[in-house]
Amino acid sequence: MRTIAIMNRVLKELFRDKRTLALMFVAPILVMLLMSVIFNTNSTTDVNVGTVAVTQKLNKEMGSLKHVNVKTYGTKRAAKKALSNEKIDAIIKKNGNNYSLTYANTDSTKTAAVKMAFKNGLTATSISQLKAALKKSTTGMVKLRVQLQAMQKQQAAANTMTKSTAATAAAKQAVATKSTSTNNSTKSTSQATPKITNHYVYGDKDTGYFAKMLPILMGFFVFFFVFLISGMALLKERTTGTLNRLLATPVKRSAIVFGYMLSYGILAVIQTIVIVLVTVWLLGIEVVGNMASVVVVNLVLALVALAFGILLSTFANSEFQMMQFITLVVIPQIFFSGIIPLDSMADWVRDISYIVPLKYSGDAVNDIIMRGTSIFDEGGNLLVLLAFLVVLTFLNVVGLKRYRKV
Amino acid sequence: MANTVIELDHLAKEFGDETVLKDINMTLNQGEIIGLIGPSGAGKSTVIKVTLGMEVASGGSAKVFDTVMPNRELLGRIGYMAQTDALYDALSGRENLKFYGVMKGIAKQDMAKEVEHAAKVVDLTGDLDKRVAGYSGGMKRRLSLAIALLGGPELLILDEPTVGIDPALRRQIWKELGRIRDEGRSILITTHVMDEAELCDRVALLLGGKVMAFDKPASLETQYQVGTVEDVFLKAEGVES
Repeated sequence: MRTIAIMNRVLKELFRDKRTLALMFVAPILVMLLMSVIFNTNSTTDVNVGTVAVTQKLNKEMGSLKHVNVKTYGTKRAAKKALSNEKIDAIIKKNGNNYSLTYANTDSTKTAAVKMAFKNGLTATSISQLKAALKKSTTGMVKLRVQLQAMQKQQAAANTMTKSTAATAAAKQAVATKSTSTNNSTKSTSQATPKITNHYVYGDKDTGYFAKMLPILMGFFVFFFVFLISGMALLKERTTGTLNRLLATPVKRSAIVFGYMLSYGILAVIQTIVIVLVTVWLLGIEVVGNMASVVVVNLVLALVALAFGILLSTFANSEFQMMQFITLVVIPQIFFSGIIPLDSMADWVRDISYIVPLKYSGDAVNDIIMRGTSIFDEGGNLLVLLAFLVVLTFLNVVGLKRYRKV
Repeated sequence: MANTVIELDHLAKEFGDETVLKDINMTLNQGEIIGLIGPSGAGKSTVIKVTLGMEVASGGSAKVFDTVMPNRELLGRIGYMAQTDALYDALSGRENLKFYGVMKGIAKQDMAKEVEHAAKVVDLTGDLDKRVAGYSGGMKRRLSLAIALLGGPELLILDEPTVGIDPALRRQIWKELGRIRDEGRSILITTHVMDEAELCDRVALLLGGKVMAFDKPASLETQYQVGTVEDVFLKAEGVES
């Protein structure tokens, strides 16, 4: 009863604060729209590819693709110079049968475009190579058959004679040489799948792409706003004296904490739905998994953020001090949330990531959105988030003892 | 005499190294108004906090209705008004009253009646549906008092209730407080206004964490050989008048 009354009151206050509400809903949409516009613009830019010692055929195939310009260089050195002068975005060099690709990778979309162009070009060339080889081997076979027939005739003629062994041996040898040549031609087709090595001037193959960032960004916005606004709300409650007055009634401390959780939980659900819908429909991001699962994960994250905000607000004496916690609590979370791949970090840095709630929600939402994992298979991540929630909530209920001893 | 409502027995309170209350002995009987006076920083608010159970006594004991504080359930029988207005600005006066009413545990069917009555006492009936953000300082103070009056609590603890309230309304409020006392309810009030202290049944003069004097206003005046409680206050503080 009291919990519901507190929830109603907090919601009423929230919905009357139009500017904060607008911020919660409009700001994330605006930022994500901006990001997607910026990222999508890049994906249609032309890429310039420099090639060294690559077959004419491959150059032609790649050059025929849209948004791809091919420049040929005599030496690798000249190509590298062009790469560092930003004249080209990547170098494709052929070493014997293998390819070595070097990307500037300052723009991951360009790198992806080059990879795609190279793959397409290579496939097209190898198909025509295959065709040629096939043709060669078929004509070889035809020739062989003709020869064989001729030899059989010879043999038949020789059989009538008694001295035929030498001729048979000669014929056998001829067949053998022919068949090895056929073998050679098939071998050359199999060698047409060359080894490709990728080199990156900047970063690696995982360097920032919007699709990977998006689920984390979604969680980040939910976390950020709920953390900040709930922390501020409780801080205000404390500084205006309403918390003291509230505690001078027989209300349970837990009822206050749960009242806040319910109201901000509702708000977080609405916010997450809005953000998910915007990302899916407006930005055209594909959600492989269940959208409801995405909302559920973000709801849990929001409650963690809420508990975090309430807890930290007790350490702040003013709104300004509350803002300072953003640099301490919110921003470091981005680094460990998975936007930057953790595999390449030192072990101790990776250990830090285990205490970052955003990492768990990011992992779970990533799996759901990109791999279509069921929420029930994300039990590990959810469990950790729930553990965060339980511990922080408990600390909050106990922490309110500071203001009333029972 | 009547039942003891508040009993402070050798109450002491320390915050870290700082001793705020040394030795407070005080009783509040049923149907009595006790005024708590003393200079700023004397520990008036701390006495109230310990009585409400917000803080735990470092020494001695604080009993309300014969129960040692802190006790959560007992808070339902106490109406408290803090020094700060402690209102939700985004809500209307009525919503504030209703919210605190629920917190106090007032039954749903009694709520409207209680809200109307409390608003009438502080003369806010006409402004109840306005947002508190648009209230004047005095209106906020009145609403805060109305919240304390909600549900007709047996004990009222009022921390400077009449600050920023005009004289006419102040008189009206004191009339209401007198009526509450006559119903057999009890009031503990802190004040800086000395003519209000005269209206109390007994006055406790708090100084340096101790109760310097605790008696009827008239007895104090004779004791200190002065004409008013204000002079008692000044004399006890050692200020030459």
